[in-house]
Amino acid sequence: MNPLTAQQLIDFAYIVAVALFILALKWLSSPASARRGVLAGEIGAVLAVVATLCNYEIIQYKWIIVALVVGAIVGIPLGMVHMTAVPQRTALSHAFGALAAAMIGIAEYYVRIPHLTKFDMLEISLEVIIGSLTFTGSLIAAGKLQEVLPQRPITYKGQNFVSLSVLGGAIVIALWLIVHPEFSRLFPVMVGVSLVFGVLLVTPIGGADMPTVISLLNSYAGLSAALLGFVLNNKVLVVAGALDGSSGFILSVIMCKAMNRSFTNVMFGAFGKVQVSARGEKEERTVHSATPEEAAAILAAANSVIIVPGYGMAVAQAQHKVRELYDALSKRGVDVKFGIHPVAGRMPGHMNVLLAEADIPYDRLMDMDASNPEFPQTDVALVIGANDVTNPAAKTDQGSPIYGMPILEVDKARTVMVIKRSLSPGFAGIDNPLYYLDKTLMLFGDAKAFVGDIVRELAGGEHT
Amino acid sequence: MTSNFINSLYVFILAGFIGFEVIRRVSPLLHTPLMSLTNALDAIVVVAAIIIAGRHESTLSTVLGSVAVAASFSNMVGGFLITDRMLRMFKLSRTKKP
Repeated sequence: MNPLTAQQLIDFAYIVAVALFILALKWLSSPASARRGVLAGEIGAVLAVVATLCNYEIIQYKWIIVALVVGAIVGIPLGMVHMTAVPQRTALSHAFGALAAAMIGIAEYYVRIPHLTKFDMLEISLEVIIGSLTFTGSLIAAGKLQEVLPQRPITYKGQNFVSLSVLGGAIVIALWLIVHPEFSRLFPVMVGVSLVFGVLLVTPIGGADMPTVISLLNSYAGLSAALLGFVLNNKVLVVAGALDGSSGFILSVIMCKAMNRSFTNVMFGAFGKVQVSARGEKEERTVHSATPEEAAAILAAANSVIIVPGYGMAVAQAQHKVRELYDALSKRGVDVKFGIHPVAGRMPGHMNVLLAEADIPYDRLMDMDASNPEFPQTDVALVIGANDVTNPAAKTDQGSPIYGMPILEVDKARTVMVIKRSLSPGFAGIDNPLYYLDKTLMLFGDAKAFVGDIVRELAGGEHT
Repeated sequence: MTSNFINSLYVFILAGFIGFEVIRRVSPLLHTPLMSLTNALDAIVVVAAIIIAGRHESTLSTVLGSVAVAASFSNMVGGFLITDRMLRMFKLSRTKKP
């Protein structure tokens, strides 16, 4: 076959792959067709990779094969991680994707350097800057999620000024390179400065903001792949990058709305500053607490229960105990549902995956818009490891740092029960008036142990 | 060159709109699998990495290309794998009431 027709066949394979990618995302709209979507994506990816391996430009396969094997050896364990580790795995895969995009951009630069136009240089610089900062930013995010790095926001005076100056530095170098592409010694400097900026960008952001940050990094990773498509004039990359980028963007918007904050506020606002002012006067207020026996009795007597899980449930690994509770209550005819806030957990959809893993049917999982109208008719709202997303101050207290944030209105339920280790304020350091309501019972203890005790009580009660 | 750019821009904008419309319809239930699936699709940069690694133009480009192949291929394999594992866990409640 002459090279031209071979190239046309490859292009055709790419077009089919692109169509399959779009179908993959379309089928993801419902859990019933979602697995078909994964299959479509896989077929598209295999097609594109096989077609590429037939490209006549490839003269040596040795390193490609080695790299593919290494990729598979790294990728398979990363695909088999436990569901609680999915947020850090996702951050790590953003890092890998951005690393690949940045490295290809860098290689292109050195290959094409003698005859680069200013416009080529603009595309390459932009691509490499975004790829590099996404790489280190995602690594920091993964480190925070894995708790190798501290989850609290790390802030210092003049931080935003320093960070933005570093970004400014990278842009100035890029502009210099666009005007003088032959100044190749500056290119590694630009890469280095961008890498530093990625670190500075994510370090000040706290764990509770991770859903937004992961989504934003997702959209950057997509953007860098799309830009690489521009550099290489490869439309598959443009499409895949645009799909990934728009997905990350949509998720970021949803996360920001769910916290009533803007992008800039998440990236540069550092929740930590609010924390200090929020701890004002401390009056002694009384709370009502209850034992597992009392909690079990109330739950058993209820007709309807909505369980509100949060990151605390994931930390305590309580989801399987929660499933036992769900089973025990369902068996007694109690209607049990789950109310899930968009930013519960450490990434979009985190709680749904954990509960699905624990075998809780997905038709029992409600998003915020579906849950809120249900609370007034609900006998018991059981909050497990969630805090700020249930804080009524978000609706009533204009002085509260989370004022305006949409919440799960658990305070509308007839009885509220909150499983919590202690009364200490949550991640953002904001006091929660929910705990002092007359209808609220605090269940102090470890989420997993406490739910286990309730389940035992429910089982014991059955025999008497 | 510039016409290439304009073509790519057309593709980018159209794909962006398609992405927006399609992804808007994904239920919040599946936002985590959505992110891992788009990650796996994004790993298609492996095709560019394969060409850089295989063209063997310089040691530097081969090394960079090979690292990029490994990084993106691990995303592709791991991304599809974990998405499928997650989706397998999403089940409807059985209709029978014990």
